[in-house]
Amino acid sequence: MQLSELRGHKQYADRAFSVLAVAAAGVVLLVLGMIAITMTRRAWPAFGTEFFSSTRWSAAEGIFGALPFIWGTLYTAAIAIVIAVPISLGVALFVTQVAPPWLKTPMVYLMDLLAVVPSVVFGLWGVLVLANHFGLGRSFLTAGIILAVMIVPIITSLSREVIETTPASEKEAALALGATRWEMINASVLPHSKGGLVGAVMLGLGRAMGETIAAALVIGSAIGQITMNPFAPGNSMPAVIANEWGEADQPHKAALIALAVTLFVITIGVNLLATSIVQRSMKRSRGA
Amino acid sequence: MTASSITNPPDLRARPSWRATKNTILMTAMGGAVVLVAIPLIAVLWSVVSRGIVMTFAQFPAFFTEAIPVVSRRPGPGMGPAILGTLLVTGGATVIAVPLGILGAVYLHEYGQSGTFARLVRFMSTVMTGVPSVVMGLFVYLTWTLAFGYSAFGGALALACLMLPVVIGSTEQMLKLVPPQLREAAYALGTTKSRTILTVVLPAALPGIVSGSLLAIARAAGETAPLLFAVGAATAYNPHLFSEANTALSVQIFGNANSSFPAAQERAWAAALTLVLLTFIVTLVARTFTARLALKR
Repeated sequence: MQLSELRGHKQYADRAFSVLAVAAAGVVLLVLGMIAITMTRRAWPAFGTEFFSSTRWSAAEGIFGALPFIWGTLYTAAIAIVIAVPISLGVALFVTQVAPPWLKTPMVYLMDLLAVVPSVVFGLWGVLVLANHFGLGRSFLTAGIILAVMIVPIITSLSREVIETTPASEKEAALALGATRWEMINASVLPHSKGGLVGAVMLGLGRAMGETIAAALVIGSAIGQITMNPFAPGNSMPAVIANEWGEADQPHKAALIALAVTLFVITIGVNLLATSIVQRSMKRSRGA
Repeated sequence: MTASSITNPPDLRARPSWRATKNTILMTAMGGAVVLVAIPLIAVLWSVVSRGIVMTFAQFPAFFTEAIPVVSRRPGPGMGPAILGTLLVTGGATVIAVPLGILGAVYLHEYGQSGTFARLVRFMSTVMTGVPSVVMGLFVYLTWTLAFGYSAFGGALALACLMLPVVIGSTEQMLKLVPPQLREAAYALGTTKSRTILTVVLPAALPGIVSGSLLAIARAAGETAPLLFAVGAATAYNPHLFSEANTALSVQIFGNANSSFPAAQERAWAAALTLVLLTFIVTLVARTFTARLALKR
């Protein structure tokens, strides 16, 4: 009788712990849901027709057209991707396929340190050294370069994970047929990890679009610029929010929150797609 | 094969074929990519050290203890309140996010496994790592700061939201490495599931969990955007976690980088050096834990 009582007590504690664990996991869904609901509710009045069609952004006149900032976000992210992808793939392939094993640990350290340098420090360096000292100025290009430096670690580490799932037998088969190391990479590693690499690049794209502080410092804060000229100063959604929040009052604040909602929707969309691509490709390569 | 090709062996010292040349070119390009990555890291570190070291260590320890000059063009040291603020905000975020993240990962790997809810949480957690930090900051402003005012705790909440999915992800990876035999041995002795997790599984995975959490903490300590909305601005010491505006190293760097006064810029570089040292030390400690884990295996 005592034994059963004891078991009952234990089961109670066991159940409590599992409930606690479920609750902790549920916090993720709760936070994401709350972000979507609270922010959309606050931003609702600002989403007029002109928000997505006007190129004019003037707090004094109460006109809030977000187009130039959406353009700036996409354009700087595109520049960053063009710079970062070849470099990241090169590093990932070098570390996994070419480098001798003893070089791997220092490479991991290098990537870790690059990933942990605060974005505001990159921004400070970008504005006071890259823009002022090297005369690059504050522009789309400067922002793109800084963003590229910041997304290289994430693209590299994801690409490495994907590339490492290539079965050794496929690589050995290519080498046994007399392929050079590059031919082996081209014939077995790249086709095998194509899907995952696309996902990794997209996750990097999402990061580049959401990066705030570095962009806010180096992009130039020009209002209403929609241009292909990479040397022109511009603005991006996160940069506008960070730079204008301090002086904003009511309709302006709602417009800034509306920008944040737009940014949230775009980055979440890119991330959803990227995550499902990566997970699908990882599952397939594990099943094969 | 004819006899002549045997008697006349191919010249092995012939010029390398196009295939071999192509291979060399691409291998060099990959090595070049590594160098390209190292350049900005070294350049940034060089600038931070060379421009920040004088202010940081000249009148040691004045820079670490004195209050921030209220008038930003006034020269001289002082980042004490910002250092305290960074520690408060990051510490608060750690206390919230690390236990929650570990518990969440325990659910994903030990309970939910490949069930629908666990798969959904795992997927959304990966998606959550991509939520921009400004968005997190505005979210905390709307749900916390509007009601309770500026405080270090608001910043801690925002950073905790950013850290949570990272801690969940790294902890789950570590739980995967714990051999199932350990769990089975504990069950065979009649241990309940929760006790097995707390006394067998988590201790076995501890070095990896600590390392992953430290990396997340180092990342969070450098965040700026969320703090702009939730922490406010202060130049004096504020040791209170829950009340009054505070400040942080990253916020000070952002403010002073926009300034055209040389004195303010100098303080920005010195604050950057302090912040970089802080995050690098935490990262290197994290890597030592990983190295010890690898050694044990």
